[in-house]
Amino acid sequence: MFEFISAILILLGASFALIGSIGLVRFPDIYTRLHGPTKVTTLGLGGLLLGSMIYMFLQGEGVAVRELLIIGFLFLTAPVSAHLVAKAALHRRCRSVCGLPDRDADS
Amino acid sequence: MSSMKRWLPHPDVSAVLLIVWLLLNHTVSIGHLLLGAVLGVLIPKFTKRFFPEPVYIKRGAVLIRFAATVAWDILVASIAVARLTLDPRSRPAPGFARVSVSLADDFALTALAGTVSLTPGTVSARLSPDRKHLLIHVLDLDDESALIQDIKQRYEAPIKEIFQC
Repeated sequence: MFEFISAILILLGASFALIGSIGLVRFPDIYTRLHGPTKVTTLGLGGLLLGSMIYMFLQGEGVAVRELLIIGFLFLTAPVSAHLVAKAALHRRCRSVCGLPDRDADS
Repeated sequence: MSSMKRWLPHPDVSAVLLIVWLLLNHTVSIGHLLLGAVLGVLIPKFTKRFFPEPVYIKRGAVLIRFAATVAWDILVASIAVARLTLDPRSRPAPGFARVSVSLADDFALTALAGTVSLTPGTVSARLSPDRKHLLIHVLDLDDESALIQDIKQRYEAPIKEIFQC
């Protein structure tokens, strides 16, 4: 039963990671491309790690705190790196499909 | 400046670092205890300049409720972005939006920017130097004022309450 849940989580996680990467390729500019990896891929990796946690638990390896920590780190770092990429892109006035915000509006 | 303050500018951060180190290595052997302690002293010392003023969680219950909301929103957000990604007919209309923020604390601002990046179709892109506006990029922007209202109510208000700033 739990093995089943673990398998589902790993499959779902892998699909989300894949979809995130497809988003990276498919969207038109750097700003939209950020959305796939920050949200979808992060969630996918979370699913993979949860699945692995359950599996390890079933194998009698105890509760894998490591996986929980990795999930925590992922969710802390993904938004920070996305923010920095977006900020750098704005600073360099990278092309955007929706028109860039005014440079002086808030800087 | 007392020597305690010089060596452990953030004792709580040092403790967390030691605990995380032990958990990552899955052991409490003497060697790792020592190494973790050394890291716990060195890392805060070298990163001191990046640390904002220490903040403390003042409303634990709100934090838990907020974490649950955010976890749910991340799930919903990911499914929404996944649908936009996979549907070949989808033509998302991206755009930038400015959200006015009134958080007095750097740490709270970081928390808000991070939350915005992880949730429905938004990535925080720039904070104005006066810390009053957060520029966000929205993957599919159809109702800007509703979105801004949503962010203020769903995320800014609880963060404000948690840190009381």
